[in-house]
Amino acid sequence: MQVKRGLAEMLKGGVIMDVVTPEQAKIAEDAGACAVMALERVPADIRRDGGVSRMSDPEMIEGIKAVTTIPVMAKARIGHFVEAQILQALGVDYVDESEVLTPADETHHIDKYAFTVPFVCGATNLGEALRRISEGACLIRSKGEAGTGNIVEAVRHLRSILGDIRKITQADSAELFQWAKVLQAPLPLVQEIAETGALQVPLFCAGGIATPADAALAMQLGAEAVFVGSGIFKSDDPAPRAKAIVEATTHFRDADILAKVSRGLGAPMTGIGMDAINTKFAERGW
Amino acid sequence: MSVPVVGVLALQGAFVAHERALRSLGVSTRQIRTPADLANVRGLVMPGGESTTMSKLLDSSGIFDEMDRLLADGFPVFGTCAGMILLAREVLDGRADQRSFGVIDIGVRRNGYGRQVDSFETDIPVQGLSAPFHAVFIRAPKVERVGDGVQVLAQYEGVPVLARQGNVTVASFHPELTADARLHEQFLRHHDLI
Repeated sequence: MQVKRGLAEMLKGGVIMDVVTPEQAKIAEDAGACAVMALERVPADIRRDGGVSRMSDPEMIEGIKAVTTIPVMAKARIGHFVEAQILQALGVDYVDESEVLTPADETHHIDKYAFTVPFVCGATNLGEALRRISEGACLIRSKGEAGTGNIVEAVRHLRSILGDIRKITQADSAELFQWAKVLQAPLPLVQEIAETGALQVPLFCAGGIATPADAALAMQLGAEAVFVGSGIFKSDDPAPRAKAIVEATTHFRDADILAKVSRGLGAPMTGIGMDAINTKFAERGW
Repeated sequence: MSVPVVGVLALQGAFVAHERALRSLGVSTRQIRTPADLANVRGLVMPGGESTTMSKLLDSSGIFDEMDRLLADGFPVFGTCAGMILLAREVLDGRADQRSFGVIDIGVRRNGYGRQVDSFETDIPVQGLSAPFHAVFIRAPKVERVGDGVQVLAQYEGVPVLARQGNVTVASFHPELTADARLHEQFLRHHDLI
């Protein structure tokens, strides 16, 4: 378990970037990404194209593994344990059981204990996070709303998860039963949080980061690292923006450095308001 | 005497876990992100994480040059995993633009023990410890050459995994991921910090 959970510790303070080609993987590594997420289309394109979105072609994942020395993650559909088996066989370093892809099971998530590869899962609130942890997830990320370039949902999810953790640390032992019921989460995990004041696994931010300031906002709110999906390669000039987001994630409390790295990056991805989207990816998962 | 402050390089990686281990031994810790943070720090831990990411941030932050100067003056440093890579004289399978301090005479291969699916944990005997240490290897670097002046403190399958040369101690594995702080304690005692 230390081996499975340990890799998330190594990713802390870093930026995990979505890439769709080996060239993008090189740009990400050159910019200082601590890992890349290999996928066929970034969430903004998945949102635009519609249809069923699935695990990437193994050839494409192999191509990205071949050019980069940093960890490579890949996405499986919610509940699609065979996609996860394939990703593990390919030797990816992390599987993201992701709501960005079309769910394969509307009731069950993957039994993540059945795998040696570690899993990251999205969550919108603490109950969802604890259900994923009880299934064996080694890392939780906010879902945010992928492919929008809009940070508002990620902020909502981080505040909800971390706010409830703070409240639970103030609860007495009788109230913890009610918390477990309301959150629909295993009581022992709730009791553990009351004792330690922290989630059992690291909490990262994903879904809507488009600027260095967005990354630093997530970090100041309490995220321990960030995923950037469409925000880099849907912007005008990906390489400098990627590098600036890496700097901002490390120096997230230093406003002077944030001001410096935010300059002259060209236009960020255009982004979409929440009232203009038809499908909320964050509502997928149970 | 006031409690010594030990720095933990906090550019990226497992710095929080190292801080926890150090604090359990009674020293103060400070997260190091700029050269100014190094002022009055008595020793430094360089955590695991991505060595390529840290190498870039060491440069852009200006910490590289400041640390280079401190290390030449005998500043105590303990590097684990990526930290080992950044301190080694030779790095195999690194990036061409990856910089290392070259202050311990070893050659290491990045990800020499393989990818995450090859990661493992095992008990190893360590020189100076009465009971074995539970070592967690994650995409770990492998030592392929050891110079004459380097003292090997632990081996796994005949390969050095914990070594020291003067002020520099390095480990291929992650002593910060278990509740056992004996290697941190050994480092602090060796340099009279506790």
